[in-house]
Amino acid sequence: MEELIAKLKNQIIEALNLKHLKPEDIGDDQPLFVEGLGLDSIDALELIVLLQQQYNIKLSDPKDGPKIFKSVKSIAEYIQKHQAA
Amino acid sequence: MIFINQYCHLQNRSFARQGNRVFTFASGTLDDFMEEAFRWLSLSYPKFYKMDHLSKMGFLASEMLLKDMPLLPRYLPDQVALVLSNAASSLDTDLHFAESMKTIPSPALFVYTLPNIVAGEICIRQGITGENAFFVFPEFDAVHMADYVSLVMESEKTLACIGGWIEVMGDHHDVFLYLAEKERGDTGVEHTAEQLHKIYKSSALWKN
Repeated sequence: MEELIAKLKNQIIEALNLKHLKPEDIGDDQPLFVEGLGLDSIDALELIVLLQQQYNIKLSDPKDGPKIFKSVKSIAEYIQKHQAA
Repeated sequence: MIFINQYCHLQNRSFARQGNRVFTFASGTLDDFMEEAFRWLSLSYPKFYKMDHLSKMGFLASEMLLKDMPLLPRYLPDQVALVLSNAASSLDTDLHFAESMKTIPSPALFVYTLPNIVAGEICIRQGITGENAFFVFPEFDAVHMADYVSLVMESEKTLACIGGWIEVMGDHHDVFLYLAEKERGDTGVEHTAEQLHKIYKSSALWKN
């Protein structure tokens, strides 16, 4: 899980052009939106693309988005769960 | 009467302000130049990194134009207008977006596939909410720019206007911005098509 979280942080920085951040600046449980990293709705769409491109995971229900994209850890858990299924 | 009080030109990976070259970064890619200029201006604005080339260039030029003299202490947000123009519209980004469609289209690129997004980025950054317009011409049209900015500034509400040309296509970039105001500044000249044409040509950085 730790390895996946570290990889995800790098992928998020790259995909979302967060060049002002380093992976260690992003907490595993830190909220990604609003009061956390301050991501916006376009970033949310880019995260969906990232899951599809890098992990071949298509979000089946968009309503699950807020729960899945709560933090890097929650995304990693979703990926692990999806890959195990 | 309207006056051109400030102007800046970004061309050939260099910045000139009031006709004087103040920054050059010739090595590396265009992205390298823009990021180096961003650092040189000592800016902290994470959204810059998400912008397309057109918006980055417009953003950098507006920062250079208004360096050390922000508009809002002097004007209310709706007293400042913005009139921009270029030739390539958003074609540079349109092509990148079309390329991304071969796999999964990028939503972050898609939002920049309109030329007037750069106007929005400048307005958000500078906090201005006045009249704005974006025109597409084959080349910088000093006559139209002078006419339209003058028309916008006929309104009692509009006291200042950022006008200019933000052209970006591939590695080619030519960005000329000026600040027109109803009060004459120390180095202000009358806002006419002739003056605009003269300033645009004389501040060009194609040579040297």
